Amino acid sequence: MNGCDITLHGARLTALGSGALWWPAHSLLCVSDLHLCKSERMARRGGPGLPPYETRDTLTRLAADLDHTQARTVVCLGDSFDDLQAARSLPEEDRLWITRLQAGRTWVWIEGNHDPGPIDLGGTHLAELALPPLTFRHIATSDASGEISGHYHPKVTLPTRASRITRPAFLLDDDRLILPAYGTYTGGLRSNDGVLAQLMQPDAKAVLTGPVPVQVPMPRL
Amino acid sequence: MTTLPPRFADWFAAKGWHIHPHQQAMLDRADAPALLLIAPTGGGKTLAGFLPTLVDLASQPHAGLHTLYVSPLKALAADIKRNLTTPVTEMDLPIRIEDRTGDTPATRKRRQRADPPHILLTTPESLALLTSYPDAPHIFKGLKRVIIDEIHALAESKRGDQLMLALGRLQTLCPDLRRVGLSATVEDPAAIAHGLARHPDPCEILMADPGPAPDIAMLTTDAAPPWSGGGAKYAIPAVLEQVRQHKTTLIFHNTRAQAEIFFHNLWLANDDALPIGIHHGSLDRAQRQKVEAAMVAGQLRAIVCTGTLDLGIDWGDVDLIIQIGAPKNVKRLVQRIGRANHRYNAPSKARLVPANRFEVVECVAAIEAALAGELDGDPRGPGPRDVLCQHILITAAAGPFDADALYAEVTTVGAYSALARADFDACLDFVATGGYALRRYDQWQRLKQAPDGTWALRDPRGDRRIRMNIGTIQDTDTLKVRMKNARGGKPLGEIEEGFAASLTPGDTFLIGGQIVRYDSLREMTVQVTRDAAKKPKIATFMGTKFATSTQLSQRILRLFQQETWPELPRHTADWLALQRRVSRLPEPGRLLIECFPHDGRTHHAVYGFAGRNAMQTLGLLLTKRMEELGLDPLGFLATDYATLIWGLEPITDPAPLFDIDALRDGLDRWLAGNAVMKRTFRASATIAGLIDRNTPTARKSGRQATFSSDILYDTLAKYDPDHLMLDITREEAMRGLVDFGRIEDMAARIGSRIDLITLDRLTPLAAPLMLEVGRVPVKGMAEERLLAEEAARLMATAGLKP
Repeated sequence: MNGCDITLHGARLTALGSGALWWPAHSLLCVSDLHLCKSERMARRGGPGLPPYETRDTLTRLAADLDHTQARTVVCLGDSFDDLQAARSLPEEDRLWITRLQAGRTWVWIEGNHDPGPIDLGGTHLAELALPPLTFRHIATSDASGEISGHYHPKVTLPTRASRITRPAFLLDDDRLILPAYGTYTGGLRSNDGVLAQLMQPDAKAVLTGPVPVQVPMPRL
Repeated sequence: MTTLPPRFADWFAAKGWHIHPHQQAMLDRADAPALLLIAPTGGGKTLAGFLPTLVDLASQPHAGLHTLYVSPLKALAADIKRNLTTPVTEMDLPIRIEDRTGDTPATRKRRQRADPPHILLTTPESLALLTSYPDAPHIFKGLKRVIIDEIHALAESKRGDQLMLALGRLQTLCPDLRRVGLSATVEDPAAIAHGLARHPDPCEILMADPGPAPDIAMLTTDAAPPWSGGGAKYAIPAVLEQVRQHKTTLIFHNTRAQAEIFFHNLWLANDDALPIGIHHGSLDRAQRQKVEAAMVAGQLRAIVCTGTLDLGIDWGDVDLIIQIGAPKNVKRLVQRIGRANHRYNAPSKARLVPANRFEVVECVAAIEAALAGELDGDPRGPGPRDVLCQHILITAAAGPFDADALYAEVTTVGAYSALARADFDACLDFVATGGYALRRYDQWQRLKQAPDGTWALRDPRGDRRIRMNIGTIQDTDTLKVRMKNARGGKPLGEIEEGFAASLTPGDTFLIGGQIVRYDSLREMTVQVTRDAAKKPKIATFMGTKFATSTQLSQRILRLFQQETWPELPRHTADWLALQRRVSRLPEPGRLLIECFPHDGRTHHAVYGFAGRNAMQTLGLLLTKRMEELGLDPLGFLATDYATLIWGLEPITDPAPLFDIDALRDGLDRWLAGNAVMKRTFRASATIAGLIDRNTPTARKSGRQATFSSDILYDTLAKYDPDHLMLDITREEAMRGLVDFGRIEDMAARIGSRIDLITLDRLTPLAAPLMLEVGRVPVKGMAEERLLAEEAARLMATAGLKP
């Protein structure tokens, strides 16, 4: 499986090229910021009708990761839906698809700022999940320790000898790991943005997603 | 013949003027439904356009709007207002004249809608916005004439298509509307007339006396132009000498970056402190207006400028045009030359300054063509459908509409006269529902059909969003640049977002003629401080890029074949001879490919001379095939005469790469994943309303909330490959960026005659390619190789273990 092995507070993890996080010891797959049904919310607000295929595309990739890892636990790290009404309007076929993916697995929905309440789908709804030595929550806190979060959609731009390459990325330091957004209709925040530069320790690293994930010192400029 | 009313005749007499024959002709044909005047600059063209209006308004009172004047430039609207106010005041005519552009204050705009002036001067975008209001019938009530200035410039772009669709709307509101177009010299007046008239009305074409032949030559310099580069620094002393000898000189550049660098160097050498200004589209508006005002007041001896001064504004005292860099296009050169000497019947004077040795050849070929009166240009295809989609949105913003009536109206526009009903319906469906194969969220569709069959916005509040996104001009994303100080700082202008992203604190660049140091990025504003350095990092913001015409390219190839080049300066002739010695010169009927290492990568220069767009497509197709063959191409760039491809491995056997059947077979498949298609998609999807450029909550939600248009493109290509937007993208790419026809012509010309030459270094002819901008990256496996390399290096440098 294409991944990059990392360690956080003694927990041995794999950052997958897809943007998902794999924790073999708990057979746990974690994905963040799926933003399912974003096109529905955009249309509802009177904006352009975006191609309504992002839920299908995101679930296809998630199903592939579940197939590879055979994960027994899935943690969706918040902003799984673009808003709560979007969650309610999830088309029936996609609802059934999620139910099929959930079969035989423990499934945890962490609440995000886009989806702050319970949703009408199977699984457990939590504000955060503690699995020592790690804690899973949507938004990183300043005094975290062993924290896995999402929310910021981090991406990293790397100048190579030929061109500048930008990819969604994991950000990692001694205390926390921030996941890239997994959803198809998501953008990114550069690692040199003030918020991320402040949040991450000076020796933070980044893992760029893609066919072959690579680890670099987190760019700050 | 219509005689001039006494008040006008007296005014002309008092000025010591005679009415020009074409001005009289315009007056005589005041009732023609459509009329196109082709006249050189300085021929009293604008007055010719307005004379019928002024005479009509002087003879009988008129309530409300009488004449609408549309020009491609905001500055032109303001300038015309000034020029028109003079005769109106002097003849004491009861006429109110106002302009309306993006710069007009909101209070005045509101008043204009309630109480329109007799003559309204505006731009295509402001007109489209006016037609989007429900009170459009009131605003345009009584409108008799519309004048479109510089129609030759509009006719080449989507702005013109949008304007003509708006005219279709106005014609429905005011059936007796007369249309007048004012144009510079063009190669195909009939095509412009077809676009101007209400289809199928006829459109008479009036040709004014073209005036004497221009005085046009190369500027003689002591120093030779450099091997490569676009700065033309070597010509500074000669240019300054010309400025000294003339009253006012316009110094034209092809790109804004070149204008900045030249201006900077000009000032360093300007020992006499001649008043010289700079004017281009990236400068802050206040700065531009200052330069324009100084120019009108005759305070400037020279202006360094770009295409923003191609049009319109009457700089009466300009007596010399200097063109820096090859003009690329003979027609535009001739039109630029017309900027000098606005006195009718005096020859315009122009000097060309090639920026490097290749451009010497181009300049010589262009002068030959200009003197021979051989104008160039390509015919435009049918009206673009992305503009039609936006027009449907604008129509919906104004109120409920009937699809049959709108279709009938749209087909009165020349460019859309052959539009099939099915194509119109597909555009309407796209605007209404998104037009996706998967029907979802239909309760939220943008337009709804009422029981009476009319279409209207589902959410009437959506009109604001539509109005915020009117227009077809595709700005690259730019960031404002400000001098850093406690009170917010003086605005200097704008730079491209991509360029800003490449800056690190301490980097210096040129803007508005001064060197500034990048300090920080705050709330989407680039903060800078003044820097005393002499050599800046170059600002790479783009100016308009012209494509060299086929005619000019063929002249250049023919020139190459000569044994010697007596018409070229010695240095250039020597350079071509050197190229012939170390490699060879491209020949008609053969294809030359040079392969050499440079900058740690293998480079291939393919001299196809097929024009920029076709060479771009060739780059795209070749890199795709190289990727398949494992040659790991990294990217390419195209100029009018060559495609430069760089990668990790050299080509050894070119013949299979250039097999035209293989190129053609795979065209569609190859295009699908490419950056050129994504760039085209972004532009078309923005115009068609799939992507909002501006939203009511712009940028408040943070950068991570917006996602790249590439994602939409990839999603559509994967799940809905037959979607209208992809069809439009293909069509736009084929006509704009692909130009596959010229590749087929090239393939037919070269047959199997391909000369692959392997060299150990960059060749004289390839050198200018290295400095071209517009590099297209290839997203292949080479990228993974580079990332792994760079990651290993960085981790090792930082002493980090993976």
